[in-house]
Amino acid sequence: MKKILDVKNLNVSFNTYGGEVKAVRGVNFDLHKGETLAIVGESGSGKSVTTKALMGLLPKPHGYVKEGEILFEDKDIAKLSEKELQKIRGKDLSMIFQDPMTSLNPTMKVGTQIMEGLIKHQKMSKTQAKERALELLKLVKIPNAEERIKQYPHQFSGGMRQRVVVAIALACNPKVLIADEPTTALDVTIQAQILDLMKDIQKKTDSSIIFITHDLGVVANVADRVAVMYAGKIVEIGTVDEIFYNPKHPYTWGLLGSMPTLDSDDSELYAIPGTPPDLLNPPKGDAFAPRNQFAMDIDFEEQPPMFKVSDTHYAATWLLDERAPKIDPPESVQKRIDSMASNDGKGDM
Amino acid sequence: MADDNKKNLDHLFVLTEDNQQSNEKINRPVTTFLQDAFRSLRRNVAAMISLVVLIIIIVMAAFGGQMNEYDSTTQNLSWAKMPPKVQGLENIGWLGLDGTDSETIEASTVEAAKERGLARFKNDEEHITFDVKSEGDGTEDSAKVVATHDVYASKDMEDTYFWFGTDGLGRDLWTRTWEGTRISLFIAFLAAAIDLVIGVAYGGISGYYGGRADNVMQRIIEIITGIPNLVVLILMIIIMGSGIVSISLALAITGWTGMARIVRGEVLKLKNQEFVLASRTLGAPNGRIISRHLIPNVASLIIINTMFTIPSAIFFEAFLSFIGLGLQPPTASLGTLIDDGFKSLTTYPHMLIFPAILISVIMIAFNLLGDGLRDAFDPKMRK
Amino acid sequence: MARYILQRLGYMIITLFIIATVSFFLMKLMPGSPLGAAQEKLSESQLEIVLDKYGLNDPIPVQYYTYMKNLVQGDLGVSFQFDNREVTGILLDRFGPSLQLGLQALILGSVIGILFGLIAAVYHNGVIDFTSTIIAVLGTSIPSFVFAGLLQYYIGVKLEWLPVATWDGFEYSILPTIALAIFPLATSARFMRTEMVEVLGSDFITTARAKGVGKFGVVFKHGLRNALIPLITIMGPMAVSLLTGTLVIEKIFGVPGIGDQFVNSITQNDYPIIMGTTLFFAFFFILVILIIDILYGIVDPRIRLTGGDK
Ligand SMILES: Nc1ncnc2c1ncn2[C@@H]1O[C@H](COP(=O)(O)OP(=O)(O)OP(=O)(O)O)[C@@H](O)[C@H]1O
Ligand SMILES: [Mg+2]
Repeated sequence: MKKILDVKNLNVSFNTYGGEVKAVRGVNFDLHKGETLAIVGESGSGKSVTTKALMGLLPKPHGYVKEGEILFEDKDIAKLSEKELQKIRGKDLSMIFQDPMTSLNPTMKVGTQIMEGLIKHQKMSKTQAKERALELLKLVKIPNAEERIKQYPHQFSGGMRQRVVVAIALACNPKVLIADEPTTALDVTIQAQILDLMKDIQKKTDSSIIFITHDLGVVANVADRVAVMYAGKIVEIGTVDEIFYNPKHPYTWGLLGSMPTLDSDDSELYAIPGTPPDLLNPPKGDAFAPRNQFAMDIDFEEQPPMFKVSDTHYAATWLLDERAPKIDPPESVQKRIDSMASNDGKGDM
Repeated sequence: MADDNKKNLDHLFVLTEDNQQSNEKINRPVTTFLQDAFRSLRRNVAAMISLVVLIIIIVMAAFGGQMNEYDSTTQNLSWAKMPPKVQGLENIGWLGLDGTDSETIEASTVEAAKERGLARFKNDEEHITFDVKSEGDGTEDSAKVVATHDVYASKDMEDTYFWFGTDGLGRDLWTRTWEGTRISLFIAFLAAAIDLVIGVAYGGISGYYGGRADNVMQRIIEIITGIPNLVVLILMIIIMGSGIVSISLALAITGWTGMARIVRGEVLKLKNQEFVLASRTLGAPNGRIISRHLIPNVASLIIINTMFTIPSAIFFEAFLSFIGLGLQPPTASLGTLIDDGFKSLTTYPHMLIFPAILISVIMIAFNLLGDGLRDAFDPKMRK
Repeated sequence: MARYILQRLGYMIITLFIIATVSFFLMKLMPGSPLGAAQEKLSESQLEIVLDKYGLNDPIPVQYYTYMKNLVQGDLGVSFQFDNREVTGILLDRFGPSLQLGLQALILGSVIGILFGLIAAVYHNGVIDFTSTIIAVLGTSIPSFVFAGLLQYYIGVKLEWLPVATWDGFEYSILPTIALAIFPLATSARFMRTEMVEVLGSDFITTARAKGVGKFGVVFKHGLRNALIPLITIMGPMAVSLLTGTLVIEKIFGVPGIGDQFVNSITQNDYPIIMGTTLFFAFFFILVILIIDILYGIVDPRIRLTGGDK
């Protein structure tokens, strides 16, 4: 499969009154044509910041790419000027945001908002753009599109607004679609519809998707590969099967363990103790160590490198070092993994 | 070297015992809301400077009038409209504190200009100096002469100093300005205090009891705010006559609704919080809950609001004087002084300058301090 | 929407009715004769005739009824000072200069203020932002009459660039317009900056940027309209400040407007004019608030629908 995006040693920082917040600290991953990569991790782990960096949407000047490369079709996005970025955004890379209630301009007609990108990137005339906008609205299954196109966002329900956002993102057939928690703000049935819609469209257009979510159930449903982020780093990355059935990082264990499933009662839920570290002064060793039940002394001294588990599976934990004692996932997590395996990864939806 | 490193680290590959304690380190030191607010207020340079300036002005308003030998009411027409003169500053020309009046005169020739200069200053030749700026060529207004009249010398008062000059009735403006400031500040504080009492009581009761009482009280406020303040203010003064108390009352009557709204909103929010419910279950009477629990919690909002009421009261007092509804002479306030100053603005600008600067500085300082307090106490704005 | 406007009109009439009633009875409480100084020139019998003519001998309820009846017909009574001229006529005569001054100041102030606020927000924390913050603080704090004095003295008297006072053509209106415009300028600059900073930080702006919309489009097509809508809410206070401002500014610059007239009648105790002007102000104020409300509904699509006429 063709590599479409290659992120190398990405570091993103924010200058704040308190000092430099190192929100993303050395992230590496790549994305192939037609695949879906999910990024998971708890709040504040740097998922959104990473994707904003990919889009060149960091809030300038206080947010900036400190180090690293974002290679998209041999161009380094991190080094492009604002003008060059504007040509790529919406055309090659586009984005869907978390909250459909706020991500549409309340004073602009829905149609105009869809047409904007078409007119800019594909040099369409107004009538052509309108035609295409209608098509798009139908594609995202908005009934009565001819009427709807003239309406304002507040006349749409949350789910419909998110469809509009999807339509805007898809307008110019982007090569990469980044979806930052596109379903978090929606109720469950609508979530499923939006996800189906995205899968459907991906099949038709063969675009690549980066999908950010808190919800591991969604991951199992849509993703080909998963990257787990913690405190600005990717701590484990692999195919869905590898991450779900053979997780190596204690943080991933924690995530899997805290995921509610239908056939487990809640008392078994495993919670990761403590809070994420302060990214103003990241700790010297492994950022997860203070919350890690299996932390070793080395974790407080040095950051673990990425250990290779298989060709597609890597994890950054000293537990994979040959010198480390052999540790298995905690029992409750292991049980969870086994039950998922027996359900073939579907019981969790 | 790399091998060495590896060896040294080997012993670290053991599970850390009792790891949970390290979580404690993550938490930041706890500071109370008030400490935080005051710290951020202290860091606000503009607000701090304003505070100092206001303290100085208040001290001057209290004692400034006694700093020279003149009082604010004795009239002496032979001293009328004398320009300001200050010991030590009289030789710094651009300050205009040298006790002279000057005028730039344009005429066709220098002679003609000088003649008009003499006429302008009552032909007091001995004490007039001319500074020829442009010789002129006989055409209209081509010659330009600055005539300067040493007013103090002409009255044989070289050793007298009126720091801010005198007014049309020969009264010392330094004394009058500070006494006027005192009156203006007094009216503003009084109005703010009345405002506060009515507003807090009304808003507190309305919010606390809620239900139908609240409903009725809110409709009343709605109607009152529908009436323009200006109208109420003017009618009140016309009826009550204008004195310190009536002006303060009129200002308070137009101003309390804002306070009432803020207090009501906050009380409604706080009412259902746990500590209030707790003391209620313990049987504390309503009045006590209001004064012990609710008021302290809305205190910061009240203070901030008051910080904006005061300058607006100062402005309206001056405004009333300006439209002829101000204090009656000989009482001075900043407003009446400014009103007087305007009457001879073109010829004797000094009468306007000082009270105008003072009122502006007071207004700016109160607004900046109010902004600073709001930023400090409004948790939404705090990072 | 129509129902909403009707409802607001209803409120407006109630408020006006209350103001008229209260001011009528307050006037009756007023110390001194309603005829003011004019009374002294009249003999006993003349006075009787005059009082009769104005219905001042009638019982109060009758006077109130007549007053209200006339009011509804737009008749504010007659002035005792100006040869019995109708108050309404005097006010209408004087309305022109005030309106011109007010409109000029409103347009000048808000246009410059909005531009200032806009630039300050876009170049957030830069030099222009700092300057506009200072302008905003000075403009909202320093009373308009102080500005008027400065302008009159330096531009009018010292530099002689523009006429100092009176009303005789456009150039006469420049200084008073500037003096009156300072407050709306400062307020709108300050408001616009806050509003625009917030709008530019909102999600839909990120969506627009993610579409590839350029800086100009982001600021003007997406930002400006959303920041301008809330600006309408401060139009009310701004109109009031203009009203207050005209009183002093017209007096200072000798503009023959309603404000100047009002200040004169206060000095002369001409109650009918004071009353008439007060009611006129109240009416004007409430009307402006109503228009602003309706305007808000027209400009903001969210409100337009909740009004429920479509
Ligand atoms: N504009 C900013 N200025 C300063 N710090 C920021 C800014 N934006 C993000 N950060 C910091 O970057 C870190 C990562 O934030 P990010 O929004 O990427 O988290 P996230 O993983 O997307 O979380 P969530 O799941 O809640 O969306 C956080 O610690 C946050 O405080
Ligand atoms: Mg996020």
